[in-house]
Amino acid sequence: MIVDLKKFIASERATWEELDEMLKRLENQTITHLTLDEIQRLHYLYERTGAGLIKISTFAAEPNLVRSLESLLIRAYAEMQDVPSSATWSPRRWLFRTFPQTFRKHFRFFLAALALTILGGLFGGGAVAFDPDAKAAIAPFPHLLENPSQRVKEEESKPNQMLATAKGRFSATLMTNNTQVSILALALGVTWGIGTLILLFYNGVILGAVIFDYVRAGQSVFLMGWLLPHGVVEIPAILIAGQAGLLLGQALIGWNSKESVSQRLRSIAGSLVTLISGAALLLIWAGLVEAFLSQYHEPILPYQFKIAFGLIELLALLWFLIFAGRDAPPRVISRH
Amino acid sequence: MRTNKLIIQTPEGICLAQQLAGPVTRFLAFASDLAAIGVISSLLAQVLLLTAIVNPDLALAARTVCYFIVTVGYSILLEWFWRGQTLGKRVLKIRVVDAEGLRLRPAQIVIRNLLRLVDLLPAFYAVGGICCALSPKFQRLGDFAANTVVIYAVPEKIPDLELLFSGTLNSLRGHSHLAAQLRKSISPGEARLALEAVVRRDGLEPNSRLELFRQLADYLHPIAPFPEESLAGLTDEQYVRNIVDLIYRPMVGG
Repeated sequence: MIVDLKKFIASERATWEELDEMLKRLENQTITHLTLDEIQRLHYLYERTGAGLIKISTFAAEPNLVRSLESLLIRAYAEMQDVPSSATWSPRRWLFRTFPQTFRKHFRFFLAALALTILGGLFGGGAVAFDPDAKAAIAPFPHLLENPSQRVKEEESKPNQMLATAKGRFSATLMTNNTQVSILALALGVTWGIGTLILLFYNGVILGAVIFDYVRAGQSVFLMGWLLPHGVVEIPAILIAGQAGLLLGQALIGWNSKESVSQRLRSIAGSLVTLISGAALLLIWAGLVEAFLSQYHEPILPYQFKIAFGLIELLALLWFLIFAGRDAPPRVISRH
Repeated sequence: MRTNKLIIQTPEGICLAQQLAGPVTRFLAFASDLAAIGVISSLLAQVLLLTAIVNPDLALAARTVCYFIVTVGYSILLEWFWRGQTLGKRVLKIRVVDAEGLRLRPAQIVIRNLLRLVDLLPAFYAVGGICCALSPKFQRLGDFAANTVVIYAVPEKIPDLELLFSGTLNSLRGHSHLAAQLRKSISPGEARLALEAVVRRDGLEPNSRLELFRQLADYLHPIAPFPEESLAGLTDEQYVRNIVDLIYRPMVGG
């Protein structure tokens, strides 16, 4: 049997146009929530269009018409299967509830990132301890190759002139570079987490080598005054990005999970974005502190002040990550 | 199995197919987006240069941050607001969609764009290009992690059959009993083939068009044995078009 296409199109066109119109309104968010009657109507239009598609695919199959109905139905399917969120997004709720709650929910990945960085730090410190030449291979920046005592002497006798006129640029460069490293720590999670593991370990190696070098030279106070104000925020931020990368890696591997890869990836998508956004936010603060505070040493700024500032920041960050949003129930992001 | 279609089977048993965009089309869209990012960044740099009169350090800081935001945020923002499209994707008529046909979520857009950093490694989009070429759904790593695919987004309009046959006189309509026999004996597949040839005829090379309609006419003659006098003066293409007209518009004029 071959369908009389002209008659078929004439009788169904109104249904398709009504469905298209309804979908346009939903897609452009002219309407966000449908009434019960509208939902029933949408379902009816969807089913009738679907039945029409089956009919012409079987008996007539005018290719453009088939594609047109497929395109219409695929849009309707997306809307029908969607579970719209009941609450609107609020930056305040995201910052004080969603972000710390997500951090705690996936805390074991943060611990793994921290352990790996410490392991890298021990390796870096050990490498410099046993082979002083290792410093040249490890240090990513030229100023880290200098003798620590010599650098401290120079910094304290001659304040950094460049910073007097380029604090803003320096701060912006730090923010963008560190955010790029964080994005990379997340993105490398797609290599089943291996890339993230390597990145975190390497960061630890550099940190360990620098710390050991300054401690051995007797410059522990300078080191703390230099690193603590920005490091107590910057290092956790990179670790949180690493936490996201390891979470992504675990979702791909799927240990102890009966869900499919796509289901696992779908379920962590919101957490990944929350963690990397939180890390980026922390890095903005760290970039400002590093440019406007960390690079100023005695006699301009007393080390005790800088160390105390760093410790207060660390306590505040720990309090925030551990306690913020504890009294509020976690927001359920449902989809299927 | 590798296919250039995104197939979605709905719970109602309907099979929906969308054509996937291949690596070359996607690369061209990306190249267009790179050009757009370059233009936007240059314009912003020029505007921010004006603030250097007041504070050169602040102007340079703002330029660094703005360049970073434009580079990272361009695709995220546009795909968010234009429902899976950037400027390049609009030009190439392609769109990012959920791999299972669901509504595209902001989190998916952010993930696929952040993971571009790995797809770009080690240079010239090598990782992403290879993954896209090898993947059954032409997905780069970012698409895989975000559960997205890129499809062709050409809006399909409901075809108007009146336009297809307008202004033509069908000399075969006078033989209503033969037309009824034709509709009874032709299979849906054969009818579909003839209809598709008529719909697509303007896109064919002249020689291919002549050859296609010659072969179709030869094939259809035994199925629809109309008298010679009613076929006199008809080209093969006119004959096939009249046959399709009889099949799909049986009620017109009798």
